[in-house]
Amino acid sequence: MINLLFTRARRAGILVGSGALLLLAACQSQPDTAADRLPYLGEREVVPRADGGPADTLYATIPRFTLTNQDSITITNDTFKNKVYVADFFFATCPSICPKMQSEMLRVYEKFKDDPRVLFLSHTIDPAHDSVAVLRDYAQRLGIQNASRWHFATAPHDTIFSLARAYYVPAEKDDKVAGGFAHSGAFTLVDSKRRVRGLYDGMNPDEVARLMEDLPVLLKEEAENASQAKL
Amino acid sequence: MRWRAADLLRLGGFLAAGTLAAGCFTDRQNAGARLYAQHCAHCHGDEGQGLKRLIPPLAGADYVAENRNFLACLVRRGVNGPMVVNGITFNQVMPGHEDLTDSEITNLLNFVQSSWGNKGKPFTIREVSEKLQACAGSDGQ
Repeated sequence: MINLLFTRARRAGILVGSGALLLLAACQSQPDTAADRLPYLGEREVVPRADGGPADTLYATIPRFTLTNQDSITITNDTFKNKVYVADFFFATCPSICPKMQSEMLRVYEKFKDDPRVLFLSHTIDPAHDSVAVLRDYAQRLGIQNASRWHFATAPHDTIFSLARAYYVPAEKDDKVAGGFAHSGAFTLVDSKRRVRGLYDGMNPDEVARLMEDLPVLLKEEAENASQAKL
Repeated sequence: MRWRAADLLRLGGFLAAGTLAAGCFTDRQNAGARLYAQHCAHCHGDEGQGLKRLIPPLAGADYVAENRNFLACLVRRGVNGPMVVNGITFNQVMPGHEDLTDSEITNLLNFVQSSWGNKGKPFTIREVSEKLQACAGSDGQ
């Protein structure tokens, strides 16, 4: 009986909690969207419309990029056109957090590998060492045979580090830490319009579980937008 | 008491021996597990399973069983370059651990030796300090 009461109380708590979350989400979403939407992260700009109609809200987007993946193919934002993707930053010889975060990323990949709408993008923050050949070896050792779904990408040092900022992933060269680079194990979820819709600690299995719950929410929104665009 | 536990092990009473050993060396076991979680688990996994062909496993690893003399120096100095474990060639950088004392390395190795089905003979601190002299890595503590 006590147990039952406790369960009920807990359930009520969860209901109140998720209600609060929904409210929060509502505050952060576009006014015309349903409440079960993921928030938009980062700066936003409200732009008045010339025709005097309701102002447009512009959300921060991932800037244009050109990278090279493990198959030596040039990839750009267009590679991720009409897709959602999860991005992270790592390096092949990283002795600290990378194996853990990439094994967590692998978990997400395994769950969504049959859904072509979801892509993965791992950037090396050590382009001096991580050549295309090194990236290909790394990917294949992880069980990723080609770049069709999961890109392991490199670019000049400055490009990578400014991109990391756009994905809200702190990364910097630091000779004091093992491996020579300090970086966070964050996973960034990006929608088809290059907007960041979620940040997750890739070192924390609970956070990664949240990412796996958020992905279908975003995919549903994308599907609705696509069918609206067709009308 | 120790002899009895060893006899049981030889008889194959693995579960019983595990319980007895846990009773005798509780603190040591916990110290090893803590050190493993802190220094090793990110790469080698919570269950010593490794990661695909990227990071070698420790659980059921022939390398661990066959290279008893090198294990202490491997932890102290790290590894760089190809290494064959259970027939798979791995090629990753493992950092050394200058920050661990000889006795911490002992606890760590004994945790690996006795976890996830591994049944390696435990190390004494004296033995680990001796092995570490091969890589000038003993701190005598």
